[in-house]
Amino acid sequence: MVTTRNLTVAFFVLLVAGAISPMVAGKAQVGQWLEVVLGGLMSGVLYSLVALGLVLIFKASGVFNFAQGSMVLFAALSLVRLYEKLPLALAWVVERLVLRPLVNQEGIVLFMATLGIAYFLDGFGQIVWGNDVYTLDVGMPKEPKILFENVFEGGILVNMEDVIAAIIAALLVAGLALFFQKTGTGRALRAVADDHQAAQSIGIPLNRIWVIVWAVAGLVALVAGVVWGSKLGVQFSLQQVALKALPVVILGGFTSVPGAIVGGLIIGLGEKLSEVYLGPLFGGGIENWFAYVLALVFLLFRPEGLFGERHIDRV
Amino acid sequence: MDLDEARVADSAGRKVGEVVLAVDGISLAFGGVKALTDVGFDVREHEIRAIIGPNGAGKSSMLNVINGVYRPQQGSIRYGGRTFAAMDPHHAAAHGIARTFQSLALFKGMSVLDNMLAGRALMMKCNVLLQALRVGPALREEIVHRRRVEEIIDFLEIQHVRKTPVGRLPYGLQKRVDLGRALAAEPRVLLLDEPMAGMNVEEKQDMSRFILDVNDEFGTTIVLIEHDMGVVMDLSDRVVVLDYGRKIADGTPDEVRTSQAVIDAYLGVKH
Repeated sequence: MVTTRNLTVAFFVLLVAGAISPMVAGKAQVGQWLEVVLGGLMSGVLYSLVALGLVLIFKASGVFNFAQGSMVLFAALSLVRLYEKLPLALAWVVERLVLRPLVNQEGIVLFMATLGIAYFLDGFGQIVWGNDVYTLDVGMPKEPKILFENVFEGGILVNMEDVIAAIIAALLVAGLALFFQKTGTGRALRAVADDHQAAQSIGIPLNRIWVIVWAVAGLVALVAGVVWGSKLGVQFSLQQVALKALPVVILGGFTSVPGAIVGGLIIGLGEKLSEVYLGPLFGGGIENWFAYVLALVFLLFRPEGLFGERHIDRV
Repeated sequence: MDLDEARVADSAGRKVGEVVLAVDGISLAFGGVKALTDVGFDVREHEIRAIIGPNGAGKSSMLNVINGVYRPQQGSIRYGGRTFAAMDPHHAAAHGIARTFQSLALFKGMSVLDNMLAGRALMMKCNVLLQALRVGPALREEIVHRRRVEEIIDFLEIQHVRKTPVGRLPYGLQKRVDLGRALAAEPRVLLLDEPMAGMNVEEKQDMSRFILDVNDEFGTTIVLIEHDMGVVMDLSDRVVVLDYGRKIADGTPDEVRTSQAVIDAYLGVKH
């Protein structure tokens, strides 16, 4: 136990050291550095939103939902085109038509099913809505603001849209934390996640719980889709970016809501900082692989992630 | 028959009442494998009823039929004045049948307290929003549930670990939590699947005491599967013996102990 805690502490020390090293090395000005850090954290929030959906479903049903990214995209697309809350219905349909008939199957079977759903949604989305890039305007302020002009030279450029996204994410997480920790339904969800059979024996209706989970994940996908979409435009590359949620959950732990948030922030921050300050050494492009390499390191040394539950198997 | 019943009531000094649960002609097969063949017995209010038998005799299957996890192909289950071709786990739980598991099936990531509160899932009536905000009726409800659960925690002597995630507890304590979660639902009938499996003598004594106390203080009817013959004979009022999915004996511990069929089943017969 002690060693794993030390490992966590060491990781965070390393993280902070890595983050402030450019300044120590005298290569960065405080203002510019802060700008990079903020930018990283903001994009991290978006990763977190997608990761959150993954964690929710994994926690309650043990299914790794490969289609979460597609659900985000589909949510954004359907919002652009229909202005409806379709994704909630979508999650429900997925649960009902695909996953419910597969109850009690092996995890790998369910995973393959979600893989199929992902490709289906991508294709279906393109057939129905074409593959143009849409702009999604939900009235978020687009104008960047310059803050602290009198403290730093040139001030810090902050995108107000990102700030709002961060606030939305924070509210969402707070709401989910309350729901999971303080309500009977939340407790039932955690119970189902731990042991289906036992949950059934104390009278928790599994089917209803799974519908709730998928609906909540659909809601998170909707929020993520709106925020992403209005920032980057709604396009199919959204789904590629959503793939970054995978290293995020490996980092944070598959079963941890706070882990999804912290993991997202660390990856967002790490890739922006390394892109800006280490990029020149490698010839750039770090942003694309940083997250995956970090995930790989975690899989080697701490497979349960920062906040994941460690299963102690008795022999 | 009348004589038997009188003795049952006397020996434990408790009131054994009406038949509360009865299974009749239950047959259950998985593909070609017959787990249960034409098994029937009844359980009276407030009694401790044991199901014993060698490995693979169909004991756990029987429990799973009563609790609705398995649907038997034939037979019926009579419970609470109604007759069912098969139980449904949700219905069973909602109508006072609780159970524990042979291989622990606890919510390992959750604290002892949360595990037990989850056991009262069906009694939570307030809506999610009220619960999240902890206001008004939801707060009162939470307090009531919490108080009841704390009583059970005291009863099972696990106060010191109430906030500990169950996965970290030693095996004997996990078994107690399993019992506690079932008790939290305030069941009328409690199904215990090998509550003493893998325990040492001291732990077995503790568990026996808890089972007797539950039966005594809460008046809970108990259906119990157990391997340890000594334990079974001490605890139970009446015993059903299964072998290869068939009922081979049914009666008081003394009757069962001396039954030739039972001796053959346990010790084997010369061919």
